[in-house]
Amino acid sequence: MVVFDKPKSLADIPFHYCPGCTHGIVHRLVAEAIDELGIEGRTIGIAPVGCSVMAYDYFNCDMIEAAHGRAPAVATGVKRADPENNIVFTYQGDGDLASIGMAETVHSAARNENITIIFINNAIYGMTGGQMAPTSLPGQITQTSPYGRDVKHCGYPVKVCEMLAQLEGPEYLERVAVNSVPHIRAAKKAIKKAFENQINGKGFSLIEVISSCPTNWGMTPEKALKWIDDAMIPYYPLGVYKDRSAQKGE
Amino acid sequence: MTTHYLFAGFGGQGILFSGKLLAYKGLIEGKNVSWLPSYGPEMRGGTASCSVIISDEPIGAPIVLEPDVLIAMNLPSLDRYEGSVVPGGKVYVDSSLIERKLERTDIEGVYIPATKLAGENGMDGLANMIIAGKIIADAKEWNEESIEKALGKCISARHADMLEINRKALLSGRDF
Amino acid sequence: MAEKVLMKGNEAIAEAAIIAGCRHYFGYPITPQTEIAAYMAKRMPKIGGTFLQAESELAAISMVYGASAAGKRVMTSSSSPGISLKSEGISYIAGSDLPAVIVNAQRGGPGLGGIQPSQSDYFQATRGGGHGDYHMIVLTPDSVQEMAELTVKAFDLADKYRMPVMILADGTIGQMMEPVSFDFEVKAAPQKPWATTGTQMKRSHNVVNSLYLKPDELERTNFERFEKYETIKKNEALYEEYMMDDAEIVVAAFGIAARVSKNAVVAARKEGIKVGLIRPVTVWPFPDEPFAKAAKTAKQFISVELSMGQMIEDVKLATGCKVPVTLCNRVGGMIPSPAEVLDAIRNAAKGGKN
Repeated sequence: MVVFDKPKSLADIPFHYCPGCTHGIVHRLVAEAIDELGIEGRTIGIAPVGCSVMAYDYFNCDMIEAAHGRAPAVATGVKRADPENNIVFTYQGDGDLASIGMAETVHSAARNENITIIFINNAIYGMTGGQMAPTSLPGQITQTSPYGRDVKHCGYPVKVCEMLAQLEGPEYLERVAVNSVPHIRAAKKAIKKAFENQINGKGFSLIEVISSCPTNWGMTPEKALKWIDDAMIPYYPLGVYKDRSAQKGE
Repeated sequence: MTTHYLFAGFGGQGILFSGKLLAYKGLIEGKNVSWLPSYGPEMRGGTASCSVIISDEPIGAPIVLEPDVLIAMNLPSLDRYEGSVVPGGKVYVDSSLIERKLERTDIEGVYIPATKLAGENGMDGLANMIIAGKIIADAKEWNEESIEKALGKCISARHADMLEINRKALLSGRDF
Repeated sequence: MAEKVLMKGNEAIAEAAIIAGCRHYFGYPITPQTEIAAYMAKRMPKIGGTFLQAESELAAISMVYGASAAGKRVMTSSSSPGISLKSEGISYIAGSDLPAVIVNAQRGGPGLGGIQPSQSDYFQATRGGGHGDYHMIVLTPDSVQEMAELTVKAFDLADKYRMPVMILADGTIGQMMEPVSFDFEVKAAPQKPWATTGTQMKRSHNVVNSLYLKPDELERTNFERFEKYETIKKNEALYEEYMMDDAEIVVAAFGIAARVSKNAVVAARKEGIKVGLIRPVTVWPFPDEPFAKAAKTAKQFISVELSMGQMIEDVKLATGCKVPVTLCNRVGGMIPSPAEVLDAIRNAAKGGKN
């Protein structure tokens, strides 16, 4: 009897991610949602530049690799090519989505583009070796903020869900985490809902996933998960920031 | 035969439109034609110009630097382009907006108080078409059928109510 | 034959694209190409197509990338500063072997430059423009009719070779009106089994990608792409020869510069000067053949350009530097007059090298 199996829409190859990295968990949650909704055959994923740049190898659905920050624009092109059939998701990190791709993020949200964005916020540039991200916390030590992020010098972190919630456009914005079983269960629910919204033509859904990067945070995996509770979540509170259909009582 | 026209005036005087009418008329009559506007911020209120070439031969450069026919709808245009007209060429001057006469004697001036005529006859904004009517008549190329077709091409169905008044403006230019 | 209509060059591009089966256009406003976007905005919703004004040129070209990956005939247009921004996406399109049509209605530069016509993006267009080893096929219309015909051809070539094709026009050809007929043959787009249209659970997944972390793999994709470029060089170079039969002086010019040069060639012939014109219609691939042939008998070449001398390098390469090549140019939005080109021809006829 099989009690634990890989989702069908996830390829049967080992991830390249560091030990303790939570990308693997989020990949799995996305794949489970795709499986459960039966949409693998019409899903097109957009991989970003960043640690998940090779996500196109891990998903069994059609995949496109985008230029740094442009994933929502690429997703727009794919979605508009066949709005009835194509289910389109982007999978982006914090540097990709909240720094170089901020315009694409804001405007795809403002257009209520009918796509699903999975936003990995781990407060650091992972792939390039641990530089300060737009979401790095005040005081956080990184390669390019070696004395801790000085907000007088380089400003404050960007709270993406709070910011996008000010727009008329987006349908659904929720921040989740993947550092504990209850958090992972909630994250799964949110991600599935983000895809359901797209299937139902409701529009732009973004799920911000507070994730860990033990390698570049300089912590053990266990300590990294605790740091999410102790430092990240207090700054980035979990919860639903916008749910237009619920507000309308649909 | 090739005729180079240069229409010049303020933006909003309809010089692009009357240029287009002449070009369409040429096309309908089986000639080679080109129409090139000045473009950019100057179109919005400053000096605008429009090069039109009508020819029996294939047209090379679409830019009219030395017009056979200059249409000057304001003084800055006349000041700027009078010197470029080919010897023996013609200048149509809206004499209700330009007080002076031509300085050159080797070109012919045709003075029409077009803006005043338009205003007095309920054809506000159609001074350009009055002058166009005069140009066509002077060239002995008045051809009712191709003019009518050209008007139909230049005025969209949505603005069909403007056809009659444009016809009237062309005729009053012809008969001036 | 279908009736000819008077149309702006930019509008002719838009209409021809629609005739070619393009139903997706993504753009960002910039002078002097706005008529293309305006035309698409009007027409696309009425024919079940998509016109979308993007938040930037960076986004617009990425939308093109996405729609092309999804198997559609797709186009964008811009002018020089906007093309610099789009060069990011063009490099990705080339690196992912996707078809796309990009229009550049060139204006003067560098920097914000001006809005008047120019040909100073020749290097950018013919050498690639973005990062990495790649080419676009570059078509240079010199009339409104060619704006239409070459647009249809651009879609065919893009699909045939799975690569970006640029229509390198300029403000003048874009803004001018001439009679144009849309009575031409249109081939249907080929099947695109590589497209990311969803697996429908009937095939293994397609990946559109330009990332190869293993250097030997990346090298191989580059080699293969350049083999394709060699085929294109052999088969797709286009040019027009004008009064070349006995020409001792050869004017080289494309686009609006060729229109001006034709007047000068006709005038010089009336003076008894044996001069002709070679007009490249593709500038990548550059039509080496007529230049190499003319170099056997001609005394001098004159490259007429709206740039500080960019195509002149290709003329020198094509003629093997056997014959002097001089430059006759205006820049910054200025256009050489037929008289200026005539002077350059007269000077060459007297044996002048400048």
